[in-house]
Amino acid sequence: MPRKQKSMVVMDTKTIQRALVRIAHEIVEKNKGAENMAVIGIQNRGAYLAERVAKLIEEIEGVEIPLGLMDITLYRDDVQTKLEQPVVQKTEILFDVVDKVIILVDDVLFTGRTVRAALDQIIDFGRPRSIQFAVLIDRGHRELPIRADYVGKNIPTAKEDRVKVKIKEVDGEDSVSIIKQ
Amino acid sequence: MNNSEKLKIPSPAGEEKKKSGSYFDLAIIGGRVIDPETKMDRMADIFIRDGVIIKVEKTKDKIKARKTIDAKGKIVVPGLIDMHTHLREPGREDEETIYTGSCAAVAGGFTSICCMPNTQPPIDNQETVKFVYQKAKDAKCKIYCVGCITKGQKGEELTEIYDLVRAGVVAISDDGLSIANSQVLRNALEYSRMFDLPVISHCEDLNLSACGVMHEGFVSTTLGMCGIPSIAEETIVARDIKLAEFTKARIHIAHVSTEGSVDLIRQAKKRGIKVTCEATPHHFTLTDQIIRTFDTNAKVNPPLRTKRDVEAIKRELSDGTIDCIATDHAPHSIEEKEVEFDAAPFGMVGLETALGLVVTELINKKVLSWAQAIAKMTVNPARILNLKAGRIKKNFPADITIIDPKASWIADPTKFQSKSKNSPFGGRKLRGKVCCTIVDGKVVYEG
Amino acid sequence: MKLKSKHLLGLEGMSRKEINLILDTAETFKEILSRPIRVVPTLRGVTVVNLFYEPSTRTRISFELAEKRLSAEVVNFSAAISSSRKGETLKDTVRNIEAMKTDMVVVRHQASGVPYFLTQCLDSSIINAGDGAHEHPTQGLLDLFTIREKYKNVKGLKVVIVGDIKYSRVARSDMWGLSIMGADVSLCGPSTLLPVEIDKMGVKVYSDLNKALVGADVVIVLRIQLERQKGGLLPSLREYTNKFGITKDRLKRLNENFTIMHPGPINRGVEITPEVADGPHSVILDQVTNGVAIRMAVLYLLSGGEGKVE
Repeated sequence: MPRKQKSMVVMDTKTIQRALVRIAHEIVEKNKGAENMAVIGIQNRGAYLAERVAKLIEEIEGVEIPLGLMDITLYRDDVQTKLEQPVVQKTEILFDVVDKVIILVDDVLFTGRTVRAALDQIIDFGRPRSIQFAVLIDRGHRELPIRADYVGKNIPTAKEDRVKVKIKEVDGEDSVSIIKQ
Repeated sequence: MNNSEKLKIPSPAGEEKKKSGSYFDLAIIGGRVIDPETKMDRMADIFIRDGVIIKVEKTKDKIKARKTIDAKGKIVVPGLIDMHTHLREPGREDEETIYTGSCAAVAGGFTSICCMPNTQPPIDNQETVKFVYQKAKDAKCKIYCVGCITKGQKGEELTEIYDLVRAGVVAISDDGLSIANSQVLRNALEYSRMFDLPVISHCEDLNLSACGVMHEGFVSTTLGMCGIPSIAEETIVARDIKLAEFTKARIHIAHVSTEGSVDLIRQAKKRGIKVTCEATPHHFTLTDQIIRTFDTNAKVNPPLRTKRDVEAIKRELSDGTIDCIATDHAPHSIEEKEVEFDAAPFGMVGLETALGLVVTELINKKVLSWAQAIAKMTVNPARILNLKAGRIKKNFPADITIIDPKASWIADPTKFQSKSKNSPFGGRKLRGKVCCTIVDGKVVYEG
Repeated sequence: MKLKSKHLLGLEGMSRKEINLILDTAETFKEILSRPIRVVPTLRGVTVVNLFYEPSTRTRISFELAEKRLSAEVVNFSAAISSSRKGETLKDTVRNIEAMKTDMVVVRHQASGVPYFLTQCLDSSIINAGDGAHEHPTQGLLDLFTIREKYKNVKGLKVVIVGDIKYSRVARSDMWGLSIMGADVSLCGPSTLLPVEIDKMGVKVYSDLNKALVGADVVIVLRIQLERQKGGLLPSLREYTNKFGITKDRLKRLNENFTIMHPGPINRGVEITPEVADGPHSVILDQVTNGVAIRMAVLYLLSGGEGKVE
């Protein structure tokens, strides 16, 4: 029998929405506007969060923000050690990244390996002016020298804990919970 | 009672025999004895002296023999005869020798085997026959030599058949190849009739079989392999039957593999043509489906056919159209077989699995009775080849095989006595195991 | 979702799910081919050997491109320059290659069953790039991909394969693949070039091209080789062209939105007229492009380690 798991909700629809609004404002503030900006979300949930962030920036600044999504599977560093190859999902960056300010969006920042793969992949598309990283949850335990520029919420966790992010577009509801092992 | 027994001629070991009360060298007691010729199938004891069967009867007296074999629960049959083996000597002693082939034979219950002449050089002259018989002196069982029909197996000029007969060949054959020129085969049939020598025919139209490596059918179509059609065999069977009818000679069709072939032979027999034939254990057991795993050990010529052909072979074994079961034991080295399917040579070893397959596939599945099955491996080949063998009867050589009919075992080619291990039956569960093989009254194998 | 085997030997016996996984993955890879840098680092450190015992230009180049675009290390071995001419057996050759620490082997051989044989003597993943007249699975997959790309769904389409079916591994892989995906498959060719009992594969068989083409959506034209004439299976290529050549005139029998495919290389004017091969309904060059994406997908899906499950 599996050990009893304890689940604890740490964010709900409202708090997630507030965090995203704050992130959007921080992005605009830091970049003094949204000129030359594009948002790219990491598949799967990061892509939906990116869409929301882009929309919020558009509302604030009244400009159109190009939106892309990417799957980082092919840039992972553990492809040959896995028993089963992850299903590769769509990557869609229909704008030119050269000289853009790219806002990379994901749901959870953990070891930093996914972000590393994403950075490599963006650079294969061209040379952006800068890449900034926005994440809903930073749970710590980095294995690479990577940090987020915009964080929705810092949540201290034990390494073996799981952080479960649900979003409406995929899961039917917005929430973040920690599952203690 | 025969004379020697009546006179009680003292043998060199006579004193000893008297002391222990032994009148016989060997007694096999308590077994179920089958002599297919007389359809004898009952409990009996067999007494042997000087390599000859002295008497076969149920006795209540105290057994007086130097050695006694308790055959209770066992089946005692005439030593098996395989009229179709390839012993590879001379030429490919790395694959098999006459000696190692004989070891495989006795392990499989065979006391007499016939070696085909497609050696290197071929057995197409008296000297080579003599060489084979010289080597056969050390063999564990009796070796009978088959000579070539044509010089160098080229299908052109007849060998010196009279010379071959004088050297002791029991049949002639260009096995492995088919004689394409009908006139040559006609001559061979007419000429060999003078010696009442059977001609063994490997039936294959080489233009039809061409580049084929397996049976032409659904499986070859799926695998994209060049096929050997059934008609490659059947057209030549039909021709050979016609030639035998015309020349009134005896022809023996080797390794029949198709429904069409056995149909032709059945009709020919009905018409009184002197045609006999044999089938191999692999042709009544396996189908071309096995090739799906590209197992080169299952690459054999004629190829493994379809389920329908296997059923026909079984039916005609049962009906008596097929006279003999022969192994077509064809050893090949691992190096030669561990190659791409197209490049592998044809042939599989069979001496050590033949009896197990006969028991498992024919007797236990009620295709043949014990007596019928044993007839096809003893008295029938003996009759075709004019051998004084294949009987359990007074005055016959004491060539005897004792079988445990219930024993079950797993075929393991790595443990074969044969030098070659090219069997597709590895891992197969078989019933019926040789317990003891006796040649001229001597135990040459104990399982 | 995972492929059942770590090898790709043929499409026979594959499930619709597995084929869909490969086709879906290939869609992603096709997108990579349109990026400014058409290389991903996925198979960095993986060594792939292209073992070609039979001359091949496009399949070998297609595999090589696929491997390089996945950042694999590529070793090319072709029989013409190898020790196979020095009497070394296939088994010794491949075991030697594996001893040099390779991970995947792509093999093309004139004998059916060689890829299977390699799975018996090597630990590497084996990908069949064409064995005898048996299978050419990546060609079958890229044909499915090309058809699916155009029609969205393969199910229910009427596909006619025309030509030398008997000696064609492409025909077999196409037949399996299309049947598994639910297409209605017909074969058409001279009766001497239709293998026995082929109808048992669940396909319709025609020797009259005009009948076979009626109402078809896709025509896959196979290459006809001069060797067949020498082998006595065809009186002449001229006669073949007259009876089985795909001409503009014959296309009238097809459905409106029809497609012409050919695995290449084309004998222009023999099995297909240049007009049709280069016509608006021809997807022959798309097949070539898709070939790279399909091979990338196959290499990626089979490259998984045997390590831990995550």
